[in-house]
Amino acid sequence: MNPYVIKADKLTKQFGDFVATNQISFEVSKGEIFGFLGANGAGKTTAMRMLCGLLTPTSGTATVAGYDVYKQTEQIKRNIGYMSQKFSLYEDLTVIENIRFYGGIYGLPAKELKEESESLLEKLGLQDQSKKLVGSLPLGWKQKLSFSVAILHQPQVVFLDEPTGGVDPVVRRQFWDLIYDAAENGITIFVTTHYMDEAEYCNRVSIMVDGRIDALDTPGGLKTQFKAATMDEVFYQLARGAKRQAD
Amino acid sequence: MKQFIIFIRKEFKHVFRDRKTLLMLFGLPIVQIVLFGFALTNEINNSKMVVLDYAHDKGSQELIAKLEASRYFEIEKNLLSDKQLEAAFREGKIKTAVIFPPNFYHDLMHTNKTQLQVIADGTDPNTATTLVNYIQTITGQYQQQVMGQTKLPYRIVPELRMLYNPELKGAYNYVPGVMALVLMLVCVMMTSISIVREKELGTMEILLVSPFKPLLVILSKAVPYLIVSLVNLAVILLLSVFALGLPVNGSVVLLVSVSTLYIITALSMGLLISTTTASQQTAMLLSLMGMLLPTMLFAGFMFPIENMPLPLQVISNIVPAKWYYIIVKRIMIKGLGFASVWKEVTILFVMTMLLLGISLKKFKIRLA
Repeated sequence: MNPYVIKADKLTKQFGDFVATNQISFEVSKGEIFGFLGANGAGKTTAMRMLCGLLTPTSGTATVAGYDVYKQTEQIKRNIGYMSQKFSLYEDLTVIENIRFYGGIYGLPAKELKEESESLLEKLGLQDQSKKLVGSLPLGWKQKLSFSVAILHQPQVVFLDEPTGGVDPVVRRQFWDLIYDAAENGITIFVTTHYMDEAEYCNRVSIMVDGRIDALDTPGGLKTQFKAATMDEVFYQLARGAKRQAD
Repeated sequence: MKQFIIFIRKEFKHVFRDRKTLLMLFGLPIVQIVLFGFALTNEINNSKMVVLDYAHDKGSQELIAKLEASRYFEIEKNLLSDKQLEAAFREGKIKTAVIFPPNFYHDLMHTNKTQLQVIADGTDPNTATTLVNYIQTITGQYQQQVMGQTKLPYRIVPELRMLYNPELKGAYNYVPGVMALVLMLVCVMMTSISIVREKELGTMEILLVSPFKPLLVILSKAVPYLIVSLVNLAVILLLSVFALGLPVNGSVVLLVSVSTLYIITALSMGLLISTTTASQQTAMLLSLMGMLLPTMLFAGFMFPIENMPLPLQVISNIVPAKWYYIIVKRIMIKGLGFASVWKEVTILFVMTMLLLGISLKKFKIRLA
């Protein structure tokens, strides 16, 4: 039995001559918060897309939630959640309509969906706003709502692609509270970010440079390894060696 | 299936919450029909005319009365001199003038030959030709009426009949054209914009990561606009029957089926546009430039295709609206059945399959 929720072994994706991700290997355990760092163009998005079943790898193996990324993309899709920096909610639909829509396309039964959406609204303190259009909500709330919607169907893993872009530190802190909450409930978190303070919140962090994973450890471990005081310095030391131009 | 319905419901919410789009969706066909049906018509009613009558006899009086009785002309005044006539044309208030020579009726009766001068404002050639034709027709009728009393050795009387459109109403031409235009515009623009919007918002990514099948995403995008377009079609047909008095002579079922096929053609074109663009503006621009213009130019309801240079005639063949326009005219106005439109329907069908195939393939490539 595979003890890891995500397991990648020499996972590679090539577009013509360009090797977007080069033999990356790592494991993520259940309930872990795994930080996936790297400069723009380092290959994060490609790696994430392969794990989500959107891209077929060129070589290497990987399983997500126990399913193979080559053959079992349908099962993978059913067992993961996804949130991008664009919040991914429909602004012209109300809060409750968004929740019901996303719950609906994941095939949640009506009764369960009703209960789930009520408890979600309560948790976020949005009961009074449930009939408001999402477009009228402040950015921070949109983000929290977006995350809650991404884990509505109780996925095993949730992929967060730069989820806190453009919000203030207070809201970011609140957002991370939600992430910890989800991790405690056994949901594995796979998160990319550009904020190094957020990297400190992760259980383990990997840093990608030019398609390779050049470092992978706990934030503390990385700081010792690179003799750095902060994650910022660690990241800078690694990214400085990059040959690829950011896109 | 349940997911599919949930998705379609969501799409309808998008449509109905966007007031501006909604107004455009349902206002456009009504405005177009009214515009083309009433304002932009080929017929000319109550055109201003002056008469210069040097004869003042029974014949001229009778003919003037006939001209005045027709709904085409409104006789401004009887003039007294050529000078006044010139001034009237220069002022631009009149379109035609009729001049009776002295002894008009006398000559007609005694020499069997008389002249009548007709002057028209040629700045607008189409109008001038139409008006002159009206005058000739009325004069001809009067001539027959007068000649009926005497016996002529030979006489050829052309018995004119305008098939399918006895009154030569412009609406017979425009309604099928508006149908082709509106359905094309609504479907292409709406589908392409609504798909591209999901890309822009980032919701498309979420949908692709979800277990919801990509093909179903596309299908559920198309269904609402198919329904909206069918409603539009019904509105156009009802308006044309009840407001413009244009009958549907052929089978309504056939007409609706062919229209559905045409709508699907347009939807696939919208899909194709959406796979090649990333922003709503580009999608809109492409739809307008790529669809509206060729449809207006090449459908055949504004400019006759037969008059175009050969290369343009060839190009017109790839415009779906052209074929749809031909089909609708045959079914609606001529009342013909499937047997006489099957060729055009086949062309439309092949076009649809091609477009759909290409766009689905492109959509899949984007996913890979």
